[in-house]
Amino acid sequence: MKSVKFLVSLLFTLGIFYGLNTKFGDIPPMGKFLSPNQGFWKNEVTESDVAKETLEISGLKSPVTVHYDESLIPHVFAQNDEDLYRAQGYITAQHRLWQLEFQTFASGGRLSEIVGEAAIEYDRGQRRKGMGFGADNALKEMMKHPEEVKLLEAYRDGINAYIESLSVGEIPVEYKILDYKPEPWTTKKTALLLMYMTDMLAGRDVDLENTNFVKLFGQETFDLLFPNFYADQDPVIPQERDWSSFDLETVEKPDVDFPSDFIKETMDKPNPHNGSNNWAIAPSKSVSGNPILANDPHLQLNLPSIWYVMQLTTPEKNTFGATLPGAMGIIIGFNQNIAWGVTNATRDVKDWYKIEFQDENRKAYKYDNEWKATTEVIEEIKVRGKSTVYDTVTYTHYGPVTYDHTHKGNGEKVGYAMKWTGHLPNNNQQTFLDLNKAKNYDEYAAALKHFTAPAQNFVFASREGDIALWIQGELANKWPEQGKFLMDGSDSRYEWQSFIPQHQNAYVKNPERGFVSSANQHPTDEKYPYYVYDDGYETYRNRVINNFFRSKEKFDIQDFKDLQANNFNLKAAELIPTMLDNMDRSSLTANEEQMLSTIEDWDFNNNIDAEGASIWEKWWDNLYRMTWDELYNLDVAINRPSDYQTIWLLKNQPNHPWFDRKETPEIETAKDLYFQSFRDAVQDLTVWQSRTGKSLKWVDYKGTFVGHLLQALPAFSRFNLPIGGNSGIVNATSENHGPSWRMIVELGNEPNALGIYPGGQSGNPGSKFYDNMIDRWAAGEYIPLFFMKSADQASDRIIFSQNLSPAK
Amino acid sequence: MKTFINIILTVAIAFILGLFLPWWSVMIAGFIIGTVVGLKKASSFFVPFLAIALLWIVNAWFLAQPNDFTMTKKIAVLLPLEGNTFLLFLITGVVGGIAAGVAGVFGNQCKQLIAGKK
Repeated sequence: MKSVKFLVSLLFTLGIFYGLNTKFGDIPPMGKFLSPNQGFWKNEVTESDVAKETLEISGLKSPVTVHYDESLIPHVFAQNDEDLYRAQGYITAQHRLWQLEFQTFASGGRLSEIVGEAAIEYDRGQRRKGMGFGADNALKEMMKHPEEVKLLEAYRDGINAYIESLSVGEIPVEYKILDYKPEPWTTKKTALLLMYMTDMLAGRDVDLENTNFVKLFGQETFDLLFPNFYADQDPVIPQERDWSSFDLETVEKPDVDFPSDFIKETMDKPNPHNGSNNWAIAPSKSVSGNPILANDPHLQLNLPSIWYVMQLTTPEKNTFGATLPGAMGIIIGFNQNIAWGVTNATRDVKDWYKIEFQDENRKAYKYDNEWKATTEVIEEIKVRGKSTVYDTVTYTHYGPVTYDHTHKGNGEKVGYAMKWTGHLPNNNQQTFLDLNKAKNYDEYAAALKHFTAPAQNFVFASREGDIALWIQGELANKWPEQGKFLMDGSDSRYEWQSFIPQHQNAYVKNPERGFVSSANQHPTDEKYPYYVYDDGYETYRNRVINNFFRSKEKFDIQDFKDLQANNFNLKAAELIPTMLDNMDRSSLTANEEQMLSTIEDWDFNNNIDAEGASIWEKWWDNLYRMTWDELYNLDVAINRPSDYQTIWLLKNQPNHPWFDRKETPEIETAKDLYFQSFRDAVQDLTVWQSRTGKSLKWVDYKGTFVGHLLQALPAFSRFNLPIGGNSGIVNATSENHGPSWRMIVELGNEPNALGIYPGGQSGNPGSKFYDNMIDRWAAGEYIPLFFMKSADQASDRIIFSQNLSPAK
Repeated sequence: MKTFINIILTVAIAFILGLFLPWWSVMIAGFIIGTVVGLKKASSFFVPFLAIALLWIVNAWFLAQPNDFTMTKKIAVLLPLEGNTFLLFLITGVVGGIAAGVAGVFGNQCKQLIAGKK
């Protein structure tokens, strides 16, 4: 009897131990997780309350002083570069360790190791895009520069010093929720993080969709709906720019026909709204006579934020701005002498080649008159709680065969290989290190030369009074339409022949008009002598920004703030008058009449309390869907025309057959669609209102949120933020996307800089610095960035300091 | 009074073990108290249960209160307890308590088994 009781209690004890020490589905191991010794309670801390005054870090050559201001922005004072980047690694990890690591897992296709089989397809996609291949190529290139390698390794060791210092209780809460542990950082991870950005910004293309479209609807329709240049746009480089000094290297279009395949399905693409604004004004256009520069990159709004703000100084340089956790230096920022910023210079830098394999073994593929050998890479995807998945990816000289018989392909002997500038060996990291210490235009221009991808519009201003904008990236010199469609990989005439010489990338320095700007629109007009194509050029923000700077003589910082918060909806302003003119009001219900008059009274600003903005957005959504009803639910991958071209067609060819709705017997025109889409919108909005009980105010209808990186875990996210704007508007804040960092810098004798982002410096949801900037960001406010001159500068803005000293 | 002393004793053992062992140190503490002290029937469960529930709740409180329960409020949404932080403290106590309690019963059974053999 006693032994039975003994056995039962033993089993019970073991059972409870196992049950409380193990993660079940999404439920963290409850004993571990709830224990005040090591569970989430230990993350109930705010950095300023617990920071140690002195930290010993092995490898430091000299002591490093770090002052934290009231926003928890670290001001790092090091004696040399190696110490500086070692400290940057350490401090970044201190505040952002989980994110730092998670993003590189996401980049390299290793999420299955953390979250299990749900991520296998995602991971396969990352591997098949060649994310690791690109990171390896970049790393190899960086390894050729011993000085840089030292810094990369110092950064790595800084992160690892922090990881090693952690007790079980101190590791970030996300590790505890998911029940895993941080692994050591490597230099490859820095390369992977940079690939993550490259993919986000230059990973989008619609070449295969274009091929499908032409096959379905013909070249003429394609050219009408997807023109190379949109009418009435205002390119990045002013149209006055004279290109005659460029000694052009022309490439002839060979006499070839693009292959005509149907591609059923393509991989998920980066968000098409990833973009940004930047601009700078010359002294002549500035009230104070100082140049002023601004930048706001538009990305998915996440917690922890993609940006981490720092001041990094050595006796040789003093630089301040937004860093990317995982990369060295300041990415968007300023120093005593210059300021710089980036927007995405979107360009079709990813092309597809049809591969004809010799046989089902795929050991060789046809290339001109021979069979060229492939290489095989066996990707090992470890899956949490399941057995490892192996995926064989075939590589050609173009790049990885992303699509083949096992992955959305067209049979055993056909593949589609990717050629992408993201895979090119590059030393992008060097550009930022050089920019951080650049003193003038020449040093800025020299720094850019290393930069390969993602191509960026680098805006620049200097205290000396220069402004400039270089569109920098390694860009293929293509013959017209090369790479716009699937190409034949067995025919060398389809190959990229050369790259546009770096000094002939489009740029402008000190233009007559006194300002430079970019907003992801066309880089140039048709006069630029090289072929330029992308599917996703921006069409509205650019004109609002440029018109703003043409609206008066001189501008100041307040004007810059106003412009970053500008909610003017040019798209609505360009279509609504036409819509209203075409509305037959006689048959409207009272509800419809009321909503229509709300739209009539609307001033086209997507302000938080504007009901007209909500009605317009729904109306437009419905109209767009009705217009392109033929392009939904197709059994092949397809791209739909841009909003801009849709509106152009609505206004210029209102009787075009595309406006006929296939599901109705009548023949519709644009006029009919305006009415029907409006009626549907009123219906949809009424249903939405009764379902949610919310008002029609834009703030309610839009519902902006900043979501935690783990699928926007509600507990760690912020919802219903009171901010206006939308995609296509200068204040590009849509539901979960928008200005992820807003910066304004005036370059006087001392830089006067403002900045803010929708997040907080700490990645710990238990910290008061986790999301403390969000409300001020939503309100359009800024933090005055405290540009410290020296480590000894006394200030009541410093809330605590740390001394990092060499470990004995 | 004796129960009270036993509870304090359990808390003390768990506290000390917790300085260098992971969360399951409370199970060891429960086991030790069950083995060493002659607890009767139900109290072999409830003494460690109450001791550790108390220890964890108080410990958690001292971690959370100075930081204004910032993380506590969020975890009370995550778990999901609809933001009820009171419930989160309670569950923390119950989970720690159960772990220690079953270990206490097991300890007690070990003690009886050994005693029976004599």
